Amino acid sequence: MTMTDTPVDNGVNTEALLGAREALSEAPEAAAFTWRATCSWVHGTHSTSTIEGFSGLGTDHQHKKTFTFEADHPECFASQDLGATPVEIVLAGLASCLTAGVAAVAQHRGIQLRSVTATLEGDMNVLGILGADPDVRNGFSAIRVRFDIDANASPDDIEALVAQSQKRSAVFDIVTNPTAVTVEVA
Amino acid sequence: MHTTVVIIGAGHAGLAMSRRLTERSIDHVVLERGEVANSWRTERWDSLRLLTPNWLTRLPGRAYAGPDPDGYASAREVAAFIDDYASAVSAPVLNGTTVTAVTSTGDGYQVATDRGPWRCAAVVIASGACNLAAVPPVAADVPPGIAVHTPLTYRNPTDLEPGGVLVVGASATGVQLAEEINCSGRPVTLSVGEHVRLPRTYRGRDIFWWTDRAGILDERHDEVDDIVRARSLPSPQLVGTPERRSIDLDTLAARGITIVGRLGGLAEGVARFSGSLANTCTLADLKANRLLARLDDWATSAGRDDELGPPERMEPTRVAGRTPLLELDLHRAGIRSVLFATGYRPDLSWLHLPVFDRRGRIEHCGGVVCDAPGMYVVGHGLVRRRRSSFICGAGPDSAELAHLLHQHLDARALA
Ligand SMILES: Cc1cc2nc3c(=O)[nH]c(=O)nc-3n(C[C@H](O)[C@H](O)[C@H](O)COP(=O)(O)OP(=O)(O)OC[C@H]3O[C@@H](n4cnc5c(N)ncnc54)[C@H](O)[C@@H]3O)c2cc1C
Repeated sequence: MTMTDTPVDNGVNTEALLGAREALSEAPEAAAFTWRATCSWVHGTHSTSTIEGFSGLGTDHQHKKTFTFEADHPECFASQDLGATPVEIVLAGLASCLTAGVAAVAQHRGIQLRSVTATLEGDMNVLGILGADPDVRNGFSAIRVRFDIDANASPDDIEALVAQSQKRSAVFDIVTNPTAVTVEVA
Repeated sequence: MHTTVVIIGAGHAGLAMSRRLTERSIDHVVLERGEVANSWRTERWDSLRLLTPNWLTRLPGRAYAGPDPDGYASAREVAAFIDDYASAVSAPVLNGTTVTAVTSTGDGYQVATDRGPWRCAAVVIASGACNLAAVPPVAADVPPGIAVHTPLTYRNPTDLEPGGVLVVGASATGVQLAEEINCSGRPVTLSVGEHVRLPRTYRGRDIFWWTDRAGILDERHDEVDDIVRARSLPSPQLVGTPERRSIDLDTLAARGITIVGRLGGLAEGVARFSGSLANTCTLADLKANRLLARLDDWATSAGRDDELGPPERMEPTRVAGRTPLLELDLHRAGIRSVLFATGYRPDLSWLHLPVFDRRGRIEHCGGVVCDAPGMYVVGHGLVRRRRSSFICGAGPDSAELAHLLHQHLDARALA
């Protein structure tokens, strides 16, 4: 059997995804999801976020297990570095979302992936968060993502794959577009 | 009053249908709120020229016969062409008759108008795809003191106050208006979401020569991958000029227009633009080059390579490489007007039948309206084939739909 005869398997069930797209277009209420996270302060800048469940498809769901994420600031910020910084977790979220998208789109387009690595950099002028310069924003001034992809596809097809994964990515949308955020005190 | 078929709207699509019904001796009227070609007389900006070349302006039994087949018609010329057509086919048009309600009578329809009701067995909706400007909700957040315009009301740059202009949307309409407003001395910022980039000419031929000859305009509604998406695609970045020049984000940037991403929000007078501009440009570049590759394949298989120039590819959009502006304080930036060139939608508010999907779009299969026997829609985007969006689509669409309509009438007579 030659390479091209092997069915493409990136481990993504595109039939199920396409089925869901069809079904949810007919039942838009079920498409309304709410994602949740809780975060407890530990000490200093160290906190632990817990992710247990979410709602969607008209019901509540539990993850198979509870996931936790440690966050902290590094020692050069006079912290203990007990976790990634929150902004690094944002980069990880963006990377995971785009990578999942690459796999899903590749599956749909019949592209077999052999390896995918995303390398991210986010630039930040910390005078913003330090409140030292009102003209500097707190967040990233720029994010760069580099994908190294080994797959049975032409460079153009790989570029199209990565472009499509951005187009369909939730986190890419979250970081590139404004979102209304409300914060209240219980 | 009674007739067999009521056609609503005397644009090119309604008149083509009228001619088909006349050929089949089916009794009908064409109800028109204004006069023939009303939208070309009253709803287009002054400088508009068709994207499609004159040789492609054809209706059943009539083709462009003027001196400039490769030129692009003005709205006035299109109105004259359609007007001549109405006379040539002796269309039974009732001008100045606005349809106010269409309801079911069980085995047919009642069409209420401001000049009295009609009863009929079948209805052809030919009232146009572009009656209203589709303006995003964010338009409501434009701060006081800044005027909001749409392409349906805009005529020329003098309609706008002196000062900066934010043009939202980079389809054919958006890029053309951004350019002419900028030329009038008003600094323009152009907000760009998903867009379709196309060269005006390719290998020496108009891009519509290619899509026409290579069969792309004939792709049928039941052949395209995702019909909902295909029907909502923005119009390509093209302009009809004597020089047949291309227009794209780089040519606009070179004229001094500021290119920004999709308008994501507007709060307290500050507009926020998406940081995804680079990717929307990349998607458009890749898509344009895929089309060109497909056209090259066609040229080779059709044995036409010798008569055409060498294959080329679009250069990547250069503005994609720059860090785009992400926010703009409209007042501080001197913006005096915002023009929403964000598309059009039909006004079917008079259609009192359960024929709409949950987003308010009429549900039809190739122009045959679902759940409304004897009701048809023509002149919308990709009704039966890609060509349906253009004047030249009315020929094949009306032929097929008149056939289906005739079958419906025959079946009804037997029932
Ligand atoms: C900006 C712009 C650029 C375009 N460029 C091109 C191009 O380059 N090439 C091309 O081929 N086509 C072009 N089109 C035209 C496009 O083909 C037509 O808009 C579309 O196909 C619809 O044509 P129509 O005859 O169905 O509608 P229209 O020409 O809009 O005619 C509809 C008629 O129905 C009447 N009407 C509406 N509501 C009622 C009512 N309630 N009662 C009675 N009468 C009513 C209207 O007054 C109008 O006369 C362009 C359109 C626009 C808006």
